[in-house]
Amino acid sequence: MKRLELWLYIAQRASALVLAPLVLLHLGVILYAVAGGLSASEILGRTRSTWMWPAAYGLFVVAAAVHAAIGLRVVLREWTSWRDRSLDLATLGIGLVLLLLGLRAVQAIA
Amino acid sequence: MLKVEIWRGTEEGRYETYEVPSQPSQTVLDLVTFVQRKLDPSLAYRFACRVGVCGSCAMTVNDTPRWTCRTHVQKVVERGRVRIAPLRNLPIVKDLATDMVPFFDKGQEAKGRFIPSDAAATSVAEISPEDPKRKEADAAIECIGCAVCYAACDVVSWRPEYLGPAALNRAWTLVSDARDSDRIGHLQAVADDAGCHACHGHQNCVEHCPVGINPTRSISGLKRLVLMAAVRGRL
Repeated sequence: MKRLELWLYIAQRASALVLAPLVLLHLGVILYAVAGGLSASEILGRTRSTWMWPAAYGLFVVAAAVHAAIGLRVVLREWTSWRDRSLDLATLGIGLVLLLLGLRAVQAIA
Repeated sequence: MLKVEIWRGTEEGRYETYEVPSQPSQTVLDLVTFVQRKLDPSLAYRFACRVGVCGSCAMTVNDTPRWTCRTHVQKVVERGRVRIAPLRNLPIVKDLATDMVPFFDKGQEAKGRFIPSDAAATSVAEISPEDPKRKEADAAIECIGCAVCYAACDVVSWRPEYLGPAALNRAWTLVSDARDSDRIGHLQAVADDAGCHACHGHQNCVEHCPVGINPTRSISGLKRLVLMAAVRGRL
Protein backbone atom coordinates (compact mmCIF):
# COMPACT_ATOMS: atom_id res chain seq x y z
CA MET A 1 0.00 0.00 0.00
CA LYS A 2 1.28 3.45 -0.92
CA ARG A 3 2.44 5.49 2.07
CA LEU A 4 1.40 2.75 4.50
CA GLU A 5 3.63 4.18 7.25
CA LEU A 6 2.09 7.62 6.93
CA TRP A 7 -1.48 6.34 7.17
CA LEU A 8 -0.57 4.11 10.11
CA TYR A 9 0.92 7.19 11.79
CA ILE A 10 -2.31 9.10 11.19
CA ALA A 11 -4.44 6.19 12.45
CA GLN A 12 -2.23 5.94 15.54
CA ARG A 13 -2.71 9.65 16.36
CA ALA A 14 -6.42 9.63 15.55
CA SER A 15 -7.03 6.59 17.77
CA ALA A 16 -5.05 8.27 20.58
CA LEU A 17 -7.35 11.26 20.27
CA VAL A 18 -10.35 8.99 20.75
CA LEU A 19 -8.71 7.00 23.57
CA ALA A 20 -7.69 9.94 25.77
CA PRO A 21 -11.20 11.01 26.91
CA LEU A 22 -12.46 7.40 27.01
CA VAL A 23 -9.61 6.32 29.31
CA LEU A 24 -10.49 9.20 31.65
CA LEU A 25 -14.15 8.21 31.53
CA HIS A 26 -13.26 4.59 32.24
CA LEU A 27 -11.03 5.50 35.21
CA GLY A 28 -13.76 7.77 36.55
CA VAL A 29 -16.34 4.99 36.32
CA ILE A 30 -14.00 2.57 38.12
CA LEU A 31 -13.60 4.98 41.04
CA TYR A 32 -17.33 5.63 41.11
CA ALA A 33 -18.32 1.97 40.77
CA VAL A 34 -16.12 0.53 43.53
CA ALA A 35 -17.34 3.15 46.01
CA GLY A 36 -20.65 1.33 46.43
CA GLY A 37 -19.21 -2.21 46.39
CA LEU A 38 -18.80 -4.31 43.26
CA SER A 39 -21.48 -6.68 42.07
CA ALA A 40 -22.50 -8.04 38.69
CA SER A 41 -26.04 -6.76 39.02
CA GLU A 42 -24.84 -3.27 39.88
CA ILE A 43 -22.47 -3.17 36.88
CA LEU A 44 -25.00 -4.62 34.45
CA GLY A 45 -27.70 -2.35 35.83
CA ARG A 46 -25.58 0.62 34.86
CA THR A 47 -24.30 -0.59 31.48
CA ARG A 48 -27.74 -1.75 30.35
CA SER A 49 -29.48 1.43 31.46
CA THR A 50 -28.65 3.24 28.22
CA TRP A 51 -27.24 2.41 24.77
CA MET A 52 -24.51 4.98 25.36
CA TRP A 53 -22.43 2.72 27.65
CA PRO A 54 -22.04 -0.11 25.12
CA ALA A 55 -21.48 2.51 22.39
CA ALA A 56 -18.72 4.22 24.40
CA TYR A 57 -17.04 0.92 25.26
CA GLY A 58 -17.42 -0.31 21.68
CA LEU A 59 -15.60 2.80 20.45
CA PHE A 60 -13.00 2.29 23.18
CA VAL A 61 -12.36 -1.28 21.99
CA VAL A 62 -12.00 -0.27 18.32
CA ALA A 63 -9.61 2.59 19.17
CA ALA A 64 -7.56 0.40 21.54
CA ALA A 65 -7.24 -2.40 18.96
CA VAL A 66 -6.03 0.03 16.27
CA HIS A 67 -3.72 1.89 18.64
CA ALA A 68 -2.16 -1.17 20.28
CA ALA A 69 -1.54 -3.06 17.04
CA ILE A 70 0.19 -0.11 15.33
CA GLY A 71 2.23 0.70 18.43
CA LEU A 72 3.34 -2.89 18.85
CA ARG A 73 4.41 -2.98 15.19
CA VAL A 74 6.59 0.11 15.71
CA VAL A 75 8.19 -1.32 18.86
CA LEU A 76 8.91 -4.68 17.21
CA ARG A 77 10.38 -3.03 14.12
CA GLU A 78 12.71 -0.92 16.22
CA TRP A 79 13.74 -3.42 18.86
CA THR A 80 13.96 -6.62 16.81
CA SER A 81 15.09 -7.48 13.29
CA TRP A 82 11.52 -8.47 12.35
CA ARG A 83 10.70 -6.10 9.46
CA ASP A 84 9.00 -7.95 6.62
CA ARG A 85 5.41 -8.60 5.56
CA SER A 86 4.96 -11.28 8.24
CA LEU A 87 5.28 -8.58 10.91
CA ASP A 88 2.49 -6.57 9.27
CA LEU A 89 0.27 -9.65 9.19
CA ALA A 90 1.13 -10.65 12.77
CA THR A 91 0.32 -7.22 14.17
CA LEU A 92 -2.85 -7.07 12.08
CA GLY A 93 -3.76 -10.44 13.66
CA ILE A 94 -3.09 -9.04 17.16
CA GLY A 95 -5.32 -6.08 16.37
CA LEU A 96 -8.12 -8.38 15.22
CA VAL A 97 -7.81 -10.60 18.32
CA LEU A 98 -8.02 -7.52 20.57
CA LEU A 99 -11.01 -6.29 18.58
CA LEU A 100 -12.86 -9.62 18.83
CA LEU A 101 -12.15 -10.12 22.54
CA GLY A 102 -13.16 -6.54 23.28
CA LEU A 103 -16.34 -6.61 21.25
CA ARG A 104 -17.31 -9.89 22.90
CA ALA A 105 -16.97 -8.22 26.30
CA VAL A 106 -19.02 -5.24 25.09
CA GLN A 107 -21.70 -7.60 23.84
CA ALA A 108 -21.82 -9.21 27.28
CA ILE A 109 -22.57 -5.93 29.06
CA ALA A 110 -24.96 -4.59 26.43
CA MET B 1 49.19 14.69 32.72
CA LEU B 2 45.93 13.50 31.24
CA LYS B 3 45.15 9.90 30.43
CA VAL B 4 43.62 9.89 26.97
CA GLU B 5 41.98 6.68 25.79
CA ILE B 6 41.55 6.58 22.03
CA TRP B 7 39.74 4.00 19.91
CA ARG B 8 42.15 2.25 17.52
CA GLY B 9 40.97 0.03 14.70
CA THR B 10 37.74 -0.22 12.75
CA GLU B 11 34.53 -1.91 13.97
CA GLU B 12 36.93 -4.34 15.63
CA GLY B 13 39.46 -2.62 17.80
CA ARG B 14 40.41 -1.50 21.30
CA TYR B 15 41.12 1.60 23.35
CA GLU B 16 44.77 2.60 23.70
CA THR B 17 45.83 4.91 26.48
CA TYR B 18 48.17 7.86 25.88
CA GLU B 19 49.60 10.39 28.33
CA VAL B 20 49.14 13.98 27.20
CA PRO B 21 50.34 17.05 29.13
CA SER B 22 47.49 19.17 30.45
CA GLN B 23 47.35 22.78 29.22
CA PRO B 24 45.06 25.72 29.92
CA SER B 25 42.21 26.17 27.40
CA GLN B 26 43.10 22.85 25.75
CA THR B 27 40.46 21.37 23.45
CA VAL B 28 39.70 17.70 22.85
CA LEU B 29 40.97 18.16 19.29
CA ASP B 30 44.26 19.44 20.78
CA LEU B 31 44.59 16.15 22.68
CA VAL B 32 44.08 14.07 19.54
CA THR B 33 46.46 16.26 17.54
CA PHE B 34 49.11 15.97 20.27
CA VAL B 35 48.85 12.18 20.18
CA GLN B 36 49.08 12.09 16.37
CA ARG B 37 51.98 14.58 16.13
CA LYS B 38 54.08 13.47 19.11
CA LEU B 39 53.16 9.94 20.14
CA ASP B 40 51.70 7.88 17.31
CA PRO B 41 51.65 9.22 13.74
CA SER B 42 49.52 6.26 12.58
CA LEU B 43 46.44 7.67 14.38
CA ALA B 44 43.68 8.58 11.89
CA TYR B 45 41.25 11.42 12.58
CA ARG B 46 39.60 14.25 10.68
CA PHE B 47 39.52 18.00 11.14
CA ALA B 48 39.82 21.14 9.06
CA CYS B 49 38.89 24.60 10.38
CA ARG B 50 39.51 24.18 14.16
CA VAL B 51 36.99 26.95 14.88
CA GLY B 52 33.58 25.27 14.75
CA VAL B 53 32.61 26.11 11.19
CA CYS B 54 33.39 23.10 9.01
CA GLY B 55 31.79 20.26 10.96
CA SER B 56 34.61 17.73 10.33
CA CYS B 57 35.96 16.98 13.78
CA ALA B 58 32.97 15.47 15.61
CA MET B 59 33.81 12.47 17.80
CA THR B 60 32.40 10.64 20.79
CA VAL B 61 33.95 12.13 23.92
CA ASN B 62 33.28 10.28 27.19
CA ASP B 63 30.25 8.61 25.52
CA THR B 64 28.80 11.91 24.24
CA PRO B 65 28.95 13.13 20.63
CA ARG B 66 30.67 16.51 20.45
CA TRP B 67 32.52 18.91 18.14
CA THR B 68 36.00 18.38 19.47
CA CYS B 69 37.53 21.68 18.30
CA ARG B 70 35.15 23.68 20.49
CA THR B 71 35.04 21.33 23.46
CA HIS B 72 37.38 22.27 26.28
CA VAL B 73 39.01 19.33 28.01
CA GLN B 74 38.25 20.95 31.34
CA LYS B 75 34.53 20.62 30.60
CA VAL B 76 34.58 16.87 29.89
CA VAL B 77 37.51 15.38 31.80
CA GLU B 78 36.57 12.82 34.44
CA ARG B 79 39.18 12.00 37.10
CA GLY B 80 42.03 12.91 34.74
CA ARG B 81 40.70 10.73 31.91
CA VAL B 82 39.18 11.46 28.54
CA ARG B 83 37.86 8.65 26.35
CA ILE B 84 37.60 9.44 22.63
CA ALA B 85 35.84 7.24 20.07
CA PRO B 86 34.49 7.72 16.54
CA LEU B 87 30.90 8.90 16.05
CA ARG B 88 28.13 6.35 16.56
CA ASN B 89 25.74 5.20 13.78
CA LEU B 90 28.36 5.55 11.03
CA PRO B 91 30.84 3.01 9.61
CA ILE B 92 34.38 3.46 10.91
CA VAL B 93 37.12 4.00 8.32
CA LYS B 94 39.97 3.85 10.81
CA ASP B 95 40.44 4.94 14.43
CA LEU B 96 38.49 8.21 14.89
CA ALA B 97 37.57 8.77 11.24
CA THR B 98 34.06 7.67 10.25
CA ASP B 99 32.67 7.19 6.77
CA MET B 100 30.27 10.14 6.37
CA VAL B 101 28.80 8.91 3.06
CA PRO B 102 25.56 7.43 4.52
CA PHE B 103 24.99 10.71 6.37
CA PHE B 104 25.41 12.89 3.27
CA ASP B 105 23.46 10.44 1.08
CA LYS B 106 20.48 10.85 3.38
CA GLY B 107 20.64 14.59 2.87
CA GLN B 108 20.05 13.88 -0.82
CA GLU B 109 17.38 11.23 -0.14
CA ALA B 110 15.50 13.83 1.91
CA LYS B 111 15.74 16.09 -1.16
CA GLY B 112 17.73 18.54 0.91
CA ARG B 113 18.56 20.81 -1.99
CA PHE B 114 17.01 24.03 -3.23
CA ILE B 115 14.72 23.58 -6.27
CA PRO B 116 14.56 26.77 -8.32
CA SER B 117 11.56 27.69 -10.45
CA ASP B 118 11.75 26.88 -14.16
CA ALA B 119 11.79 30.37 -15.59
CA ALA B 120 14.85 32.54 -15.20
CA ALA B 121 14.21 35.00 -12.43
CA THR B 122 13.34 38.42 -13.71
CA SER B 123 13.55 40.06 -10.33
CA VAL B 124 15.02 39.36 -6.94
CA ALA B 125 12.56 37.72 -4.54
CA GLU B 126 11.81 40.09 -1.71
CA ILE B 127 11.64 38.27 1.59
CA SER B 128 11.32 40.16 4.81
CA PRO B 129 13.50 38.88 7.66
CA GLU B 130 10.35 39.34 9.78
CA ASP B 131 8.30 36.96 7.63
CA PRO B 132 7.16 34.09 9.93
CA LYS B 133 8.10 31.40 7.38
CA ARG B 134 11.52 32.96 6.93
CA LYS B 135 12.00 32.99 10.68
CA GLU B 136 11.25 29.24 10.78
CA ALA B 137 13.87 28.63 8.10
CA ASP B 138 16.42 30.93 9.74
CA ALA B 139 16.11 29.10 13.07
CA ALA B 140 17.18 25.86 11.38
CA ILE B 141 19.57 27.03 8.68
CA GLU B 142 22.94 27.22 10.43
CA CYS B 143 23.62 23.46 10.37
CA ILE B 144 27.33 22.71 9.88
CA GLY B 145 26.75 19.07 8.89
CA CYS B 146 28.87 17.63 11.69
CA ALA B 147 26.62 14.56 12.19
CA VAL B 148 26.60 14.97 15.99
CA CYS B 149 22.77 14.80 15.94
CA TYR B 150 22.89 11.74 13.70
CA ALA B 151 25.22 9.99 16.17
CA ALA B 152 23.07 11.04 19.13
CA CYS B 153 19.81 9.79 17.60
CA ASP B 154 18.50 6.50 19.01
CA VAL B 155 16.00 6.10 16.18
CA VAL B 156 18.92 6.02 13.70
CA SER B 157 20.54 3.29 15.80
CA TRP B 158 17.31 1.24 15.75
CA ARG B 159 16.32 1.92 12.15
CA PRO B 160 19.45 2.46 10.08
CA GLU B 161 17.38 3.60 7.08
CA TYR B 162 15.87 6.54 9.03
CA LEU B 163 16.88 9.83 7.38
CA GLY B 164 17.95 11.37 10.68
CA PRO B 165 17.71 14.82 12.27
CA ALA B 166 20.13 16.78 10.04
CA ALA B 167 18.62 15.67 6.70
CA LEU B 168 15.06 16.32 7.90
CA ASN B 169 16.05 19.66 9.40
CA ARG B 170 17.51 20.66 6.02
CA ALA B 171 14.27 19.63 4.27
CA TRP B 172 12.34 21.83 6.73
CA THR B 173 14.43 24.90 5.81
CA LEU B 174 13.48 24.32 2.16
CA VAL B 175 9.73 23.86 2.64
CA SER B 176 9.89 27.06 4.71
CA ASP B 177 11.65 28.90 1.87
CA ALA B 178 9.25 30.95 -0.26
CA ARG B 179 11.68 30.83 -3.23
CA ASP B 180 11.74 27.03 -3.45
CA SER B 181 9.41 25.75 -6.19
CA ASP B 182 8.86 22.12 -5.19
CA ARG B 183 7.28 22.11 -1.76
CA ILE B 184 5.25 18.94 -2.43
CA GLY B 185 8.37 17.21 -3.79
CA HIS B 186 10.22 17.97 -0.54
CA LEU B 187 7.27 16.68 1.52
CA GLN B 188 7.06 13.50 -0.59
CA ALA B 189 10.75 12.83 0.03
CA VAL B 190 10.31 12.91 3.82
CA ALA B 191 6.91 11.16 3.95
CA ASP B 192 8.40 7.73 3.25
CA ASP B 193 8.83 4.88 5.69
CA ALA B 194 12.21 6.21 6.84
CA GLY B 195 11.05 9.81 6.95
CA CYS B 196 9.83 12.32 9.50
CA HIS B 197 7.14 10.11 11.07
CA ALA B 198 9.77 7.68 12.37
CA CYS B 199 10.96 10.40 14.82
CA HIS B 200 9.89 9.80 18.42
CA GLY B 201 10.67 13.30 19.61
CA HIS B 202 13.31 12.15 22.12
CA GLN B 203 15.26 15.37 21.43
CA ASN B 204 18.72 13.86 21.73
CA CYS B 205 19.54 15.88 18.61
CA VAL B 206 18.43 19.09 20.33
CA GLU B 207 20.44 18.23 23.43
CA HIS B 208 23.66 17.63 21.49
CA CYS B 209 23.54 20.03 18.53
CA PRO B 210 26.68 22.17 18.95
CA VAL B 211 25.18 25.19 17.16
CA GLY B 212 21.92 25.14 19.11
CA ILE B 213 19.53 24.06 16.35
CA ASN B 214 16.30 22.29 17.35
CA PRO B 215 15.86 19.53 14.72
CA THR B 216 12.96 17.97 16.67
CA ARG B 217 11.01 21.18 16.15
CA SER B 218 11.81 21.13 12.42
CA ILE B 219 10.75 17.47 12.17
CA SER B 220 7.49 18.24 14.01
CA GLY B 221 6.84 20.95 11.43
CA LEU B 222 7.40 18.44 8.62
CA LYS B 223 5.08 15.91 10.31
CA ARG B 224 2.36 18.53 10.43
CA LEU B 225 2.76 19.61 6.79
CA VAL B 226 3.02 16.02 5.50
CA LEU B 227 -0.09 15.06 7.46
CA MET B 228 -2.09 17.98 6.06
CA ALA B 229 -0.89 17.30 2.52
CA ALA B 230 -1.80 13.61 2.86
CA VAL B 231 -5.28 14.35 4.19
CA ARG B 232 -5.85 16.74 1.27
CA GLY B 233 -4.67 14.05 -1.16
CA ARG B 234 -1.70 16.07 -2.36
CA LEU B 235 1.06 13.54 -1.73
